[in-house]
Amino acid sequence: MAPLDRLPLDALHRALGAKMGAFAGVEMPMQYAGVMDEHRHARTRAALFDVSHMGQVVLDAPADTAAAALEALVPQDIAGLKAGRQRYAFFTNAEGGIEDDLMIADYGGQIRLVINAARREADMALLRAGLPADVPARLLSDRALLALQGPEAEAALAPLAPEGAAMRFMDVAEMEVAGVPAWISRSGYTGEDGYEISLPADRADAVARALLDRPEVAPAGLGARDTLRLEAGLCLYGQDIDSTTSPIEAGLGWAIQKARRAGGAREGGFPGAARILREMAEGAPRARVGLRPAGRAPMRAGVPLYEGESGGAPVGTVTSGGFGPTVGAPVAMGYVPAAAARQGHEIFGEVRGKRLAATVSDLPFVPARTKR
Amino acid sequence: MNTERDGMKYTEDHEWLRDEDEVLIVGITEHAAEQLGDVVFVELPEEGATVTKDDEIVVIESVKAASDILAPMDGEITEVNEALVENPALVNEDPLGDAWFFKIRPSDRAQLDDLMDEAAYKKLIG
Repeated sequence: MAPLDRLPLDALHRALGAKMGAFAGVEMPMQYAGVMDEHRHARTRAALFDVSHMGQVVLDAPADTAAAALEALVPQDIAGLKAGRQRYAFFTNAEGGIEDDLMIADYGGQIRLVINAARREADMALLRAGLPADVPARLLSDRALLALQGPEAEAALAPLAPEGAAMRFMDVAEMEVAGVPAWISRSGYTGEDGYEISLPADRADAVARALLDRPEVAPAGLGARDTLRLEAGLCLYGQDIDSTTSPIEAGLGWAIQKARRAGGAREGGFPGAARILREMAEGAPRARVGLRPAGRAPMRAGVPLYEGESGGAPVGTVTSGGFGPTVGAPVAMGYVPAAAARQGHEIFGEVRGKRLAATVSDLPFVPARTKR
Repeated sequence: MNTERDGMKYTEDHEWLRDEDEVLIVGITEHAAEQLGDVVFVELPEEGATVTKDDEIVVIESVKAASDILAPMDGEITEVNEALVENPALVNEDPLGDAWFFKIRPSDRAQLDDLMDEAAYKKLIG
């Protein structure tokens, strides 16, 4: 196995007492004070996550050329993406599955992507194969990415980057943060208001320390990032979505804009359009749903789901699950047959050989508080 | 807190045992609680159950993962700490005190001799 990569802020994490662990080939801070405390801090104040393992990609072409070319790979309306805006997107495959989910941003002249760490190489291969020669994709190895998340994120950033306060959800902009030139988006992976801040790797430490010096801010690790995104109903690639799940099954149809849908100005034209547009019209045989276990036992990824308390074959599987610190109870999500995908439907998860009741529930478990 | 540790025995699975006349009180060590992280779920054995050493008799789940606590010796479970079911966070707050898991009446007290004392346990966890 290849040695683990180290983050640009590795020394800072260790100095802060982080427990480190491997994720997608990178040695990452899993927790500092504890998952529960860090989770609550992100929901009540502001948490700082180092997400430098994520892939940052630039397309070296004029934004309109790059945007038009990207539409061959994703079912999103990228040509219609305005300068200074970002859009949630996914690469699809010929079978209508998802190869990765990502963010696509137009920084006024340049299209930039943020992709999942574990999919860096696969995505780069997909971009090289799928984009024309005049739209080269470049994976940046010299940048860090920080996520500042929570209701006090705006207040925490303001003294270091006053222009950040005027941004709305999914705006992107270039500005200085504590004197360091940064690429900022007002977005995140927690359901809270907040920012993702891309920085030159060699200057990220100073910015991270300046943010941590703010009274609102505490560091948080991947553990809390996972419980936060689970409560927010957000998918983790490789768990909740993968190369076999269609965006419609996954409940991500909202992220396919009108222009690419049936009857739209640029209908289809992305990999797997036949399946995806058909499922959009007719519905998919299964659906990703939220699950609220009736008891206290968490239902984790891999737990098989049954219609009855005994007998029968599994009808679905939990894809993410655990304890929701803000909910104060176990929460999960998974796939169930379309007929079972209705709020309040009772289903059973088999945990340690016992069938435990759970209720199909709307997502998210904790309402989003992004700044619209 | 020191009095709590007097005469305690330890297993390699990071359980502590405190002798209380006929029965032994069993919990997990501070080290184990720290490694587990925030505990969110505890499932206890039935009172009166007869168990064999290394049976998986307690399920303990933290925010991060599920794990088991093994029976430290053969015997009968005489009492379980229902407070943990209601408030699993006790395991992090007071692992050596209020967060005991169960009491066991050993069928062979000689098995106690196989367990570690505090010095040996401290060496184990480094």
